[in-house]
Amino acid sequence: MTDFNNPLAKVRGLGSAKQGSAAWLTHRITAIANVPLVIFFVVSFVGNAGKGHAEWVAWLKQPLVSVLLILFIANFTHHMRAGLKEVVEDYIQSHGTKFTVNLLITFVCVLIAGLSIFSVLRIAFGG
Amino acid sequence: MVEFSLPKNSVVGKGKSVKAEGAKNTKNFSVYRWNPDDGKNPHMDTFEVDLDDCGPMVLDALIKIKDEMDSTVTFRRSCREGVCGSCAMNIDGKNGLACTTAIEDVKGDIAITPLPHQEVIKDLVPDLTNFYAQYASIKPWLETQSPTPEKERLQSPADRKKLDGLYECILCACCSTSCPSYWWNGDKYLGPAALLQAYRWLIDTRDESTGDRLDDLEDPFKLFRCHTIMNCANACPKGLNPAKAIAETKKMMVSRHG
Repeated sequence: MTDFNNPLAKVRGLGSAKQGSAAWLTHRITAIANVPLVIFFVVSFVGNAGKGHAEWVAWLKQPLVSVLLILFIANFTHHMRAGLKEVVEDYIQSHGTKFTVNLLITFVCVLIAGLSIFSVLRIAFGG
Repeated sequence: MVEFSLPKNSVVGKGKSVKAEGAKNTKNFSVYRWNPDDGKNPHMDTFEVDLDDCGPMVLDALIKIKDEMDSTVTFRRSCREGVCGSCAMNIDGKNGLACTTAIEDVKGDIAITPLPHQEVIKDLVPDLTNFYAQYASIKPWLETQSPTPEKERLQSPADRKKLDGLYECILCACCSTSCPSYWWNGDKYLGPAALLQAYRWLIDTRDESTGDRLDDLEDPFKLFRCHTIMNCANACPKGLNPAKAIAETKKMMVSRHG
């Protein structure tokens, strides 16, 4: 029970990571960028609801729509990864579990981004 | 993972009940009791206090309980006027100072427990070793490079004003122990109290180590565990706003990026 470790040594630990503000700022910037992108995404999809396959493809093939969709996917998955990482860092104490879960989150987010962006490109450039 | 339920040996049971014989105007105080020496689980003892023969503050009631009903009730107290921060505890679910919390402001029975999520030494006395070490880690003193002047270091009234709302902190730990981020990561996250103190030195125009201080805080855990939950500002018995000090520190960090 008795802990002989010096309290200040424990608090200072391995020292500062000398990073954190850039990630914090990026999280805020992606949040701001998400406002117009999510509005575009929701408004477009609600507006296109009920249309047939050909009309959806024609809509998506427009250059501005393709680009905005790709930006939405990239920004959204980036923000999602950062947010989930925060949650993991908050609630998972074990270093090993934390590292593994963060790795999985990164892989899944990148996979979602890759598949989604590829799908948009395929329709955009498809015959 | 974070533990959301208490371990078996920490589950709080029901304790004894002491009545105030012959008193007309009474209030029940349910007090957290835990003795490290008896091997028992913590429990809540209920003391009926005669309000006609008691001071107006929660601390007055605790002292009355200790004097007249059970001398083993253990708590910290000193100044009895909100200056020393010793009697910080959780009163009716809210962290505060027992000496500045009026009994009449709490409706119904008053439950009193130690500051949340700290190891308990006995009854209402939490172990604040880590909290104090965190305060020490932010180097709460003036750091300078230039030669020591012959007279005092001057500061304009406008610059001195920047320390208002910061220097008043009495390190009672009400804010840090009300912060969920501090509950989950109190070993690495410095917490609102230490960070408010850090900001107090960051914006002191007489200090010459601002960059080094920011370097020490530039960390995903030490500073950036703050998610602006604002429990700290809600809990502070001195009416300070640690969340704002932390936000200002984050802004200073970002402004270094250009």
